[in-house]
Amino acid sequence: MFTHDRKRRLGVSITALAVGAALALTGCSAGGGGDAGSSDGASDANLAITFLPKNLGNPYFDTSNAGGEEAIKEFGGTYAEVGPAEASPTSQVTFIQTAAQQGVGGLVVSANDPEAICDALNEARDAGVKVVTFDSDTNPDCRDLFINQATAEGIAKSQVDLIAEQIGDAGQVAILSASANATNQNAWIELMKTDLADNHPNIELVETVYGDDDDQTSFDKTAALLQTYPDLKGIISPTTVGISAAARYLSTSEYKGKVALTGLGTPNQMREYVKDGTVTAFALWNPADLGYLAAYATKALIEGDITGKEGDTFDAGKLGEYEVGADSVVLLGDPYVFNADNIDDFDF
Amino acid sequence: MTTTAPETRTVRTYRAHAHPAWRRILLTREMAVIALLVVVIAVALAVVPNFDSPLTVTYLLRDLAPILLIALPMTLIIITEEIDLSVASIVGLTSVMTGILTQAGWDFPVAAVAAILVGTVAGVINGFLVTVVGLPSLAVTIGTLALFRGIAVGLLGTTAITDFPEFWSDLAKDNIPGTPIPGIMIPFVVLAIVFAVLLHFTPFGRSLYAIGLNKEAAAFSGVDVGRTKFLLFVLSGTVSGFAGVYFTLLYSNARGDNATGLELSVIAAVLLGGVSIFGGRGALHGVIAGVLLIGTLGSALRLAGVTSDIINVITGVLLVLSVVSASFLAWLRSRRISAIGRKKGRTSSAAEPI
Repeated sequence: MFTHDRKRRLGVSITALAVGAALALTGCSAGGGGDAGSSDGASDANLAITFLPKNLGNPYFDTSNAGGEEAIKEFGGTYAEVGPAEASPTSQVTFIQTAAQQGVGGLVVSANDPEAICDALNEARDAGVKVVTFDSDTNPDCRDLFINQATAEGIAKSQVDLIAEQIGDAGQVAILSASANATNQNAWIELMKTDLADNHPNIELVETVYGDDDDQTSFDKTAALLQTYPDLKGIISPTTVGISAAARYLSTSEYKGKVALTGLGTPNQMREYVKDGTVTAFALWNPADLGYLAAYATKALIEGDITGKEGDTFDAGKLGEYEVGADSVVLLGDPYVFNADNIDDFDF
Repeated sequence: MTTTAPETRTVRTYRAHAHPAWRRILLTREMAVIALLVVVIAVALAVVPNFDSPLTVTYLLRDLAPILLIALPMTLIIITEEIDLSVASIVGLTSVMTGILTQAGWDFPVAAVAAILVGTVAGVINGFLVTVVGLPSLAVTIGTLALFRGIAVGLLGTTAITDFPEFWSDLAKDNIPGTPIPGIMIPFVVLAIVFAVLLHFTPFGRSLYAIGLNKEAAAFSGVDVGRTKFLLFVLSGTVSGFAGVYFTLLYSNARGDNATGLELSVIAAVLLGGVSIFGGRGALHGVIAGVLLIGTLGSALRLAGVTSDIINVITGVLLVLSVVSASFLAWLRSRRISAIGRKKGRTSSAAEPI
């Protein structure tokens, strides 16, 4: 059982050689890139910036990181993207540590968990890495800046404005939300109610129904809404699952084109419904702009133009000038409206 | 039978070992894994930028610590031809218990001990189902994998408890003063020595190999198979509980889905380290080298900018190669032995007619 022969040694050494070769090859190729990163910054600022999304292979982050890459190319930094295969709370830690070991200038993170990666981020900051969160924040004391895609007020207002425009600012509307205790959605719905009461007195919100972010439930709830309220003129669905299920129902029903639908959706889910006329316009932020802004904010931090305190301003290329708000948050702006004219520019 | 044994002992006329001592120690699967680890470290030091920083050692050992810890009892369990798939769920459950009890105002050390005891109880449940009820451990621990994870997620929902006494969370993260080696390595080394002595230098440890090779023969030789396995599952639960407390402190985060999938990392490293999934074979130094090999390779490749998918592919290929090479070489050897047997058979039958 414990004896060994020459053939076993041979097998082992072949395995060893193979692993060594794999490591050497990848090490060499990537080593070249790393060197370029540290010596590229002629203005002695280390503009090697690493994007760390929640997980790789996610179209949303592919879009946002492409925006970041565009920005980094514009100002002559080095772009890298790393990330875990699955979005679990602690899976990002090793990548944060790797960035700290590599001594990158900045790290742009969308956090899977507000707390679990905190210590790793702070260790990276101690090692001189500027940390910017985007899309999904950590606790404020673990990062230098947070790039916020939209405020609750902005999201609520843009949806109310869209539905008001589509139904002629008068008539019955309903809301198809996620689950009854979804924090984000409930906050938005409260703000929408206030906005409707204050600025759109002729629009009546008849009911809020909950599709639990489940495709089939949302589909059934849409059907029920339309039967209960024959005079219904519009539906707002502030959740990507809800809006696509509602659009699927409307597109094959007699209500297509008669009942307006808007809310928060992604272009890939909504493309066919925008093209067939079920949906005129819907809102979401533009992830490419979000990544672009995050990259410029990281550059400003690395070059010492800003420190992340309230009132700092920095230049963000084609997006213009931005100002740091309270709690070191930078707001991207109002949600982006997708319609038949621009939807083909997006793939996420 | 035993009283007359000293008188009937005969002088052995054949050598105790077929090969000299150096060959038996150096040319083993364990040594091959250690050699591969050394090769990987040497190549990484030479070609991967930033691999030589002390941060590498700190991060590597800190993140590997839960796997290293759980690999110790897992080795013993796999040597007896059983398996414990519920270890990661026990880590999740004890992590949640640590969080809930700390939040309820318990002193942290008391909460931690209570959480470890929860791990022990989880091990008792596994052990009871495997040894007393007599179910196969694969089925039992797939069940408890779901059960413990379900309880953990059910207790906390999607929320996380993140507030832990700074003294303890710093202690979990701090290095041994003056070195880049994280402090968690002290309890690990102590446990590793205890497990190594237990496995390799006690009758209990030797009985594990006997059970793994042939359960019935072990039972007839006086080994209490049931009790032995029961103890191993309890050990596994307890160590997983300790790893759960450490995991919680390391990330300052008690969540139901902590350490999801960790059991596969542990088992992969144990098998890479030369433990046979069919039981009866393996040694702890190989397992420790196996964990370090997978970890170091991942760390070096990540530093070299290789994406996580490719790292998974490389680790996967390495594992398959190690398993395949072991079976292939075993097959070669059995062929050679049977060839020798045939040759001897021919010569003796040829000699008879004369």
